[in-house]
Amino acid sequence: MDLAYTDDQKAFRDEVRSFLDEKLPKRLSDKVASGKRLTKADYEEWHAILHDKGWLGVTWPKEHGGTGWDAVERHIFEMETTRANAPRIVPFGINMLGPVLMKFGSDEQKAHYLPRILDGSDWWCQGYSEPGAGSDLASLKCSAERDGDHYIVNGQKTWTTLGQHANMIFCLVRTSKEGKPQEGISFLLIDMDSPGVSVRPIVLIDGEAEVNEVWFDNVKVPAENLVGEENKGWTYAKYLLTHERTNIAGVGFSTAALASLKRIAGLEMQDGKPLIENPLFAAKVAQVEIDLMAMATTNLRVVAAAAAGQAPGPESSMLKIKGTVIRQEINHLTRRAVGPYALPFVSEALEDGSNVEPVGPDYALPAVQSYFNNRKLSIYGGSNEVQRGIITKAILEL
Amino acid sequence: MNFELTDERQMLQDSLRRYLSDTVTPELLHKATEAGSGHSDTLWQGLSEMGVSGALFSEDDGGFGGTGFDLSVVFEEMGRVGAFEPLIESGILAGGLIAALGSDAQKALIEEIVAGGTILTLAHGEPGSRYDLAHVETQATATDDGYTLSGRKSLVMAASAASHAVVSARTSGDRRDAAGISLFLVPLDADGLEIRDYPMNGGGRAAELALTDVTLPADARIGPEGDAHAALETAQARAICAQCAEAVGLMDAIKDLTVGYLQQRRQFGQPIGKFQALQHRMADLLIEIEQARSAVINLAGHLEAPRTDRERHVSAAKNLVGRTAKLVVEESIQMHGGIGMTMEYALGHLAKRLTMIDHRFGDADWHLERFIRLAAA
Repeated sequence: MDLAYTDDQKAFRDEVRSFLDEKLPKRLSDKVASGKRLTKADYEEWHAILHDKGWLGVTWPKEHGGTGWDAVERHIFEMETTRANAPRIVPFGINMLGPVLMKFGSDEQKAHYLPRILDGSDWWCQGYSEPGAGSDLASLKCSAERDGDHYIVNGQKTWTTLGQHANMIFCLVRTSKEGKPQEGISFLLIDMDSPGVSVRPIVLIDGEAEVNEVWFDNVKVPAENLVGEENKGWTYAKYLLTHERTNIAGVGFSTAALASLKRIAGLEMQDGKPLIENPLFAAKVAQVEIDLMAMATTNLRVVAAAAAGQAPGPESSMLKIKGTVIRQEINHLTRRAVGPYALPFVSEALEDGSNVEPVGPDYALPAVQSYFNNRKLSIYGGSNEVQRGIITKAILEL
Repeated sequence: MNFELTDERQMLQDSLRRYLSDTVTPELLHKATEAGSGHSDTLWQGLSEMGVSGALFSEDDGGFGGTGFDLSVVFEEMGRVGAFEPLIESGILAGGLIAALGSDAQKALIEEIVAGGTILTLAHGEPGSRYDLAHVETQATATDDGYTLSGRKSLVMAASAASHAVVSARTSGDRRDAAGISLFLVPLDADGLEIRDYPMNGGGRAAELALTDVTLPADARIGPEGDAHAALETAQARAICAQCAEAVGLMDAIKDLTVGYLQQRRQFGQPIGKFQALQHRMADLLIEIEQARSAVINLAGHLEAPRTDRERHVSAAKNLVGRTAKLVVEESIQMHGGIGMTMEYALGHLAKRLTMIDHRFGDADWHLERFIRLAAA
């Protein structure tokens, strides 16, 4: 048992730091730090910089052009990039589809799609949820019927994050109504430019259209776009969700958010003193900091076990719940900290290149919008209630 | 970075777990509760033969361990069976202070502590001190050939089992000053020492000590005069690490009992564990227990860190463990229903012992406030 980084790990951390010092554009880190909205071009710029260095495929093995990093190195990278206010890596291609293709995709699919994820040729989005299939994902209805060497896809997907930027979508579709609902699902890759695909943005309570509805109206999809075997999609989906959940602990994000909370609470004055010196507020901040300190270690314990060959199992459900609860509490305290300037909603001030002045301190609106936006954390990737169900079955055996 | 136990610690854990699960029966705990010594002679002897106290001292001090992870391995196992042997008092507090400050002659005692033949305790807290480590009103007055001690010491654990106490007394300064506190080795049968001994919630015995002109030779003093506060704080940090690890062991035991009960107990025609209202609460309990385990790992890994860093982890762990203990105790009793409130069922003792963790060395609120002060410093 040893909590300290090894000399090699320290050297790696220093390497990441000097890379970020040198290559992370200040324009981007300023935007992230101030809570401005990132454009598609912002994400693509950062992806290209990482790809140049060979650091975009954070979770990928070297044979597919990834970093080959172990769990601790990935943790160091996450902590350093969030600390430096780098844009996040858009997860859909790298963290979600990539691992599924590597494990279940055909050689042709790997050879075609994996390099295109890294070089930015494709922007992927995720077609899982439907209006009638949220937590009960297996009840999904979007259908794919085999017609010669094609599938004909009909139906609707929703909550498609950043789908407005995507040219490709990986979908769970129903290929059979026989047997249990889980047994008739397939994993299909669909070109968003195909005739019959339409996208409608959904404006959320933070004022941003981050998610979308996607409709499929007799969309023709080549049969070779099926991943793995027909009707085995549920297995691949579960595999993907486990990977998604591993990253969902969000220790780096929470650490950065906590630093921001402390900075804001040090600037905001209440009754003639910085808010952070108010004992009641300080206690709430300290409480969540203590929880985060333990959470960081809980996270490392799970990733270390995963690095030692144990597949990320039901423990990732624990990480998901605790990680999101902590992050949401930090968001809540930051919203409290900005006080009455939570009220003005000058959404334009968050847009790229906008000259609109915010009302009150410039950190107020992003704090409130993050609070609203991050209500999603305990809902997506399998809601926290679904995660408790997984813990109940897989760990507690109740 | 690695979260595996070393081979030696793994062996210690395995053999200790096997021994304790074979030895610590409800009957043994009951006998220990009734015993005048406040603990089990059988268990103490068995632990001594295994050399468990040696794990609490470094090799330099005559043991074979002494790091945070040695402490956490031992005490997690002790907690798992709800044992209440005076290991913290003798090995970590009194023994640790002698190891840190004692003369060569005094350090000879450590060999006896490790062998288990001698039990020591620390007499530091006083009726008004609550959790303030610097609060010492007991006076040590220098005489021609030594000291006389007068004052009161409260909640002296395992006094009925111990031969000597390391007693803190003020040689200078005001009653809440960190400076001016000295330590003395006092035989518990000394003239002028009155002892009122009593049982405790959660097992074990403690005593109130009244010292009236207790005469000590000069060589009874442990370490330099007036300079014991830092060593007391370090010893307490180690005791808190042990105690928090014990709490995690208790939580694991309570969790196992509760999950088992949810699987077996049937109401409304099915096991009560099939009810989602209980499933989700049990899942949350599990998560919080893992958080407590992580807090103990963080503390154990920082016990040898510079003072502020170490103490921040002390208070973080004690706060988190205190909160989690309350949750685990209250939820497990609630999910058991009436049977969870009886002393004849194993949960009763474990729940009381886990609750009492919050009442020694500072509770969750006290350590939260301290965590804030340490961050501001």
